[in-house]
Amino acid sequence: MRDRSMASVIILVAAVILSAPAFSQNAQPEHPGSSKVQKATAAPAPFHNISGTWEPANGPGDGIQPYGVKAMPNDGKREHELPYTPYGLQVYKSHKALIGPNEVHLTSYNDPRDTCEPLGFPRANFYNLRETQILQDPYKVAILYEYGQAWRVVWTDGRTLPKLVDGGVLVGNEVREPRFYGYSVGKWEDGSTLVVQTVGMMPEDKVWLDGTGRPISDQLRVEERFHRVDHDRMELTVTIDDPKMYTKPWIAMNKFPLRLQDPHFDVTEMYCSPAEMEKYNKLFGSPASEKADQPTGQ
Amino acid sequence: MRKSVIGALAVAAGLLSASSPLPAHHGTATLDTSKTLTLKGNVTEWDWSNPHCLLQFDIKDGGGQTVHWIAETQNPAEMVSLGWGKDSFKPGDEVTVSLMPVKNGRPYGRIRQIALPNGKTFVTVKEGLTPKEVGDSSGSSKTENYPKQ
Repeated sequence: MRDRSMASVIILVAAVILSAPAFSQNAQPEHPGSSKVQKATAAPAPFHNISGTWEPANGPGDGIQPYGVKAMPNDGKREHELPYTPYGLQVYKSHKALIGPNEVHLTSYNDPRDTCEPLGFPRANFYNLRETQILQDPYKVAILYEYGQAWRVVWTDGRTLPKLVDGGVLVGNEVREPRFYGYSVGKWEDGSTLVVQTVGMMPEDKVWLDGTGRPISDQLRVEERFHRVDHDRMELTVTIDDPKMYTKPWIAMNKFPLRLQDPHFDVTEMYCSPAEMEKYNKLFGSPASEKADQPTGQ
Repeated sequence: MRKSVIGALAVAAGLLSASSPLPAHHGTATLDTSKTLTLKGNVTEWDWSNPHCLLQFDIKDGGGQTVHWIAETQNPAEMVSLGWGKDSFKPGDEVTVSLMPVKNGRPYGRIRQIALPNGKTFVTVKEGLTPKEVGDSSGSSKTENYPKQ
């Protein structure tokens, strides 16, 4: 009798403790990660867990990054100049971007994004980083990006990172193809920080680093640090290490703040459709960009 | 003819606004960001698609001629967060459109806001906010709207 009532008490106490974070989550207003609410109800970070729907903590526009990578925007300031190799600078200059300090007209760009090529990684972190859904199981972490309905997998099952070789990566004894979203392996550094290494991404003729035309090559190594600060907040740091394009590693995102969204939040589609892009260019892009003395052709 | 059309319209030669619609697909190289035109006319088509939603509308110029305008917003997901929808405008609707015109003088531009006769206003940016604060949600549906099981 006594054991049963003791067990009931233990169960009751456990239920209250386990439900407390969930209760505070549901009790929060529409933006559970807002700073006002965070101070009142932020529970500690759950162990080895970065799952959830994460949005930029400073407002959804903070992840658009129209001026290039967040920590080093392409604004002409000395401290934001990248350490290009001569080849890296040459490739950068060959890129005609629709945004940034050297932006061109709608009829002149050569950004692969603008013909709806896959954005790829790590550019997915640097262009329209919006509602990012992270799901995890004991073997992997899956990251679902809102823009482009793109996803990638980070293995946390203890496998080693593939080795970069000419034309691809070595997985075991097999040379495998480069991937738009690379090959990623993650390790927990402490209870709340997942460190992810990625290699095996596409060469420079297929992808850009950001919308202002900064280049990357298939020799790129990316390190991401997902540091869950508390239950509702995470910081993302991204380091770019591409010896073909840059003389040394540099930080592209420095503790970029993310806040946890309500798990019921419906994430809309953001996609690039070649048919819609063609229609837009024909209907608006071309006539709006042509010089005044040229015929419209419409 | 197009130059006189522009001249006949009400031109609000305002200062460059601190809060312009935040560029995502392309920047402002094509646009005359120093001008805001306010045009009253009727919708012919509302295109809810990427990379920019497009509103097509006809206005009458000073000489009574019909001028066909095409104006863009940002992408649909962004517009959802600002309260726009795929059915916000129908052919025939009377609209008052404020926009930044393109540099080449043709009837194209980027929308700043659209007002309906009933007073409802659609904005492409929340005035008074820094670019950081633009958009109160993320371009996604609000939590209350998800289908309840």
